[in-house]
Amino acid sequence: MTGKKRQILIFLFFAAAVLLVPLFFKGNYLLNVFVFVGINTILAIGLNLLLGYAGQISLGHAAFFGLGAYISGIITTRFPLDPWLVIVLAAVCAGALAFVIGFPILKLKGHYLAMATLGFGIIMYIIFNETVGLTGGPSGLSGIPNLHIGSLIFDNDLNNYYLVWLFTLVVMLLSINLSQSRIGRALRAINDSEMAARVMGVNARILKVQIFTVSAVISAIAGSLYAHIMTFISPASFGFNFSIELLTMVVIGGLGSIYGSFLGAAILTMLPEFLRVFQDFDIIIYGLMLILMTMFMPGGLISGIQKIAEFTAAKIKGMTSNNAQT
Amino acid sequence: MLRNIFKIIFVLFFSVLMAGVVFAAPPLKIGALFSVSGPASFLGEPERNTAEMMVADINKAGGIKGRKLELIVYDTQGDATKAVQAVNKLIKDDKVVAIIGPSTTGDSMAVIPVVEKAEIPMISCAAGIKITDPVKKWVFKTAQNDALAVMKLYKYLQKQKIAKVAILTVSDGFGSSGREQLKLQSKEFGMQITSDETYGPKDDDMTVQLTKIRDSQAQAIICWGTNPGPAKVARNVKQLGIKLPLFMSHGVSSKKFIELAGEGAEGIILPSGRVIVADQLPKSDPQKKALMNYVNKYKENYKVEGDHFGGHAGDAVMLLKRAIEQGAFTPAAIRDQLEKTKKFAGIGGTFSYSPQDHAGLTSEAFVLVQVKQGDWKLIK
Amino acid sequence: MDSSRQLFQYILSGLSNGAIYALIGFGFAIIYNSTGIINFAQGEFVMLGGMLTVFFLTVLHLPLIPAIVLAILISTIVGISFERLAIRPLKNAKPLSLIIITIGASIFIRGAAMLIWGKDTHAMPAFSGNDPLYLAGATILPQHLWIFAVTILIIIASRIFFNYSIIGKAMRACSYNSQAASLVGINVKNMVLLSFAISSAIGSMAGIIIAPLTMTSYDVGIMLGLKGFCAVIIGGMSSGLGTVLGGLLLGLLESLGAGFISASYKDAIAFIILLLILFVRPEGLFGKKESERF
Repeated sequence: MTGKKRQILIFLFFAAAVLLVPLFFKGNYLLNVFVFVGINTILAIGLNLLLGYAGQISLGHAAFFGLGAYISGIITTRFPLDPWLVIVLAAVCAGALAFVIGFPILKLKGHYLAMATLGFGIIMYIIFNETVGLTGGPSGLSGIPNLHIGSLIFDNDLNNYYLVWLFTLVVMLLSINLSQSRIGRALRAINDSEMAARVMGVNARILKVQIFTVSAVISAIAGSLYAHIMTFISPASFGFNFSIELLTMVVIGGLGSIYGSFLGAAILTMLPEFLRVFQDFDIIIYGLMLILMTMFMPGGLISGIQKIAEFTAAKIKGMTSNNAQT
Repeated sequence: MLRNIFKIIFVLFFSVLMAGVVFAAPPLKIGALFSVSGPASFLGEPERNTAEMMVADINKAGGIKGRKLELIVYDTQGDATKAVQAVNKLIKDDKVVAIIGPSTTGDSMAVIPVVEKAEIPMISCAAGIKITDPVKKWVFKTAQNDALAVMKLYKYLQKQKIAKVAILTVSDGFGSSGREQLKLQSKEFGMQITSDETYGPKDDDMTVQLTKIRDSQAQAIICWGTNPGPAKVARNVKQLGIKLPLFMSHGVSSKKFIELAGEGAEGIILPSGRVIVADQLPKSDPQKKALMNYVNKYKENYKVEGDHFGGHAGDAVMLLKRAIEQGAFTPAAIRDQLEKTKKFAGIGGTFSYSPQDHAGLTSEAFVLVQVKQGDWKLIK
Repeated sequence: MDSSRQLFQYILSGLSNGAIYALIGFGFAIIYNSTGIINFAQGEFVMLGGMLTVFFLTVLHLPLIPAIVLAILISTIVGISFERLAIRPLKNAKPLSLIIITIGASIFIRGAAMLIWGKDTHAMPAFSGNDPLYLAGATILPQHLWIFAVTILIIIASRIFFNYSIIGKAMRACSYNSQAASLVGINVKNMVLLSFAISSAIGSMAGIIIAPLTMTSYDVGIMLGLKGFCAVIIGGMSSGLGTVLGGLLLGLLESLGAGFISASYKDAIAFIILLLILFVRPEGLFGKKESERF
């Protein structure tokens, strides 16, 4: 019970911090960066549900992100449909696609799964790139309208910040709930040993496809938001490289940790800000980070932070109890 | 007593500091967005080099009207998201008065809404026609439109009585924009496109597409792409023994192309900026001085040949310099001065902007060049 | 006449590209078969082979053969260091961590190559000239023959090595059951190291002989690596000959697809085939069925 209470407390604290941030960054360019941190957090959480909880890798998640962005972009630039409705439509389409390909793809394991999802991602990228009449091809699709509620138009950093982070917080909350639920436990069982999970009566196959679908829906929503905020999209943003970047966010933040996903997304989105000093070296640092994190901190940064926190907490406890004894 | 002395020292100290600031007016900040890394680094790298070189030159000569320039370059990696983040930083954090770049059409289209809203003048170095058509108030460009290159080439083909062409374009921003123009203008020039093939930017072998083209009725092949793809096409054409004349785009007008394509390059004709044939231009050419200056300086600084991509950034720096020389120190004034630019002979061509035209060039910005004995020769 | 000449050229082009894919795929199979790891950095060794040779040829002005030998040697050292520094220290590594580490390594090697040699593309002279050879109206370059020859040579050599030499047999034993292998006195760690060494050597060899055709730059490894991977999946990991047939088939289908359907979707065709094979016959067309392994 106390564990659950603590969870709620942490989330409320996080949400409050998120809502207050703009007060300190008014007119600052960082607010714009935070908008993208929000989008990437949604994406990282989506991938983390699959990767961190169910233990199923995907090297093609940028495809669902792109699918959401392109469905929103293409429809809202051509038809006078309500953009919010189109977001729902995009999410449903991505979910349906994930559900259909989920059955054959998630039958595969380990390296084969990685390769199949990678192949799927590349096929989708080629479709975005080559259907010029529909997507505008490599030169991109521009003139996507901003979202609005009544007269409130989401066309500046402050409004976009609240728009994106509202979605992010909802996705976080749902994911935390999911991970604490029976389904979350079943997923973790699959992650540890699929065979054992099956023996325990978990329908691993359906469950994996379901979580893949949820993950795709979340990514597509992020894609739609991205399209309306950028008002311009091009295939280069949804390629293999971005799939790898998403993977890096999840790994660096911490597999299976929602706040870890936020941490990973924040670090990778803001990395160019820190690495400008290093200019061309960033690609090397990027690769090194992936290797070193996997080798020495497999739980990601968040587990490192947790360990430090626990360590200091224990120290303080020890000190106070020592004091009490004397 | 002691306190008073401190006060005096304090005041003196600060007035000296302030005086320093007043005497040297703060440098004027110019932002730049180039795709220095990533798939379009062949554009971004020479552009960054050129811009840095030219700004250093201006500052060495004492700046413009006593103001030095400070160039702040960010790498977009050819990624729209990163371009938007970088342009926001330039505008809100660095508070630049004008922006040079981005290098690619995609990045430019992505940042246009941001600069239009922030009302900061931007001089794009990308070729896409969409950037300044329709005209956007704050957006100019220096790279020649693809449309002009296609026009120059088609005019030549018409003169050579070639009416049936096969096109082979790369499936990236550069190629697809070229393909659009090649198809669009074919009617106007009475060209019949007998075969419309594409290849991927990372493809290694185009013999299949060329075999198809060989068996079509084409009288000539036009290949639209940037290195290394067209070099592979040139080699494949030779391998297949295809005798049709091969034409290419300004995307490969550099020495590098001849080096990569080897013997396959011989005889290829393409529309190009004047940079690669600067020394062959007649003395009467208004651009000759700017071109020779650029070519020599670039070689001196970076040990490699300057190309016309770098020239786009160089022209942007010079256009800004001219605007600032007129006393324009604010974004709005710089924009207004830019729009008044008339007959500025730069590296990419002779620029004349107007409220209806923010691209500023005509098809005169291109010349036709041909590879002869491993070097570029101007076709007169 | 025209259409049959066309078809023949498609087939010839397809087979020549297929041989390249097969050669690269072969490197994947060697590591996979002795460790169960798919090395996502395999494509980078292909890049290293080409770039190093160009570097030795043009900057240090070495003759072709020493340049090639040195390039293979250095790539192999890179492969060995990669195994020692990043793979061996991992204990009880899950496939997920191995995938991420090899991806990290591939980014790192690519980045290092970019910093050292810049972003330009480099050409390399062909081994025996550029005069096309005619075969029933279709053409092929002498360099293609080199590729076919080296592919065949490597397959024969590896067959002999894995089936008749003690070390090769030991490596195979590790792949079947590493615990049992170590019980009979095989040093499993050294076998893993050796497989990385052989595979990076073959990868760089592939990179060197294709560089005169495809040219080379710091980022050629990604796509070549992926295509090699498709080849090995299509043919099946467990057999060397299968990998070669897989590569040839992939090249052939790509080129026929580009010729008769659309060249724009050439790469999509390769990956659709990959997915179909994975769905229907994950052990590959020519592979032996094996039990689930991960």
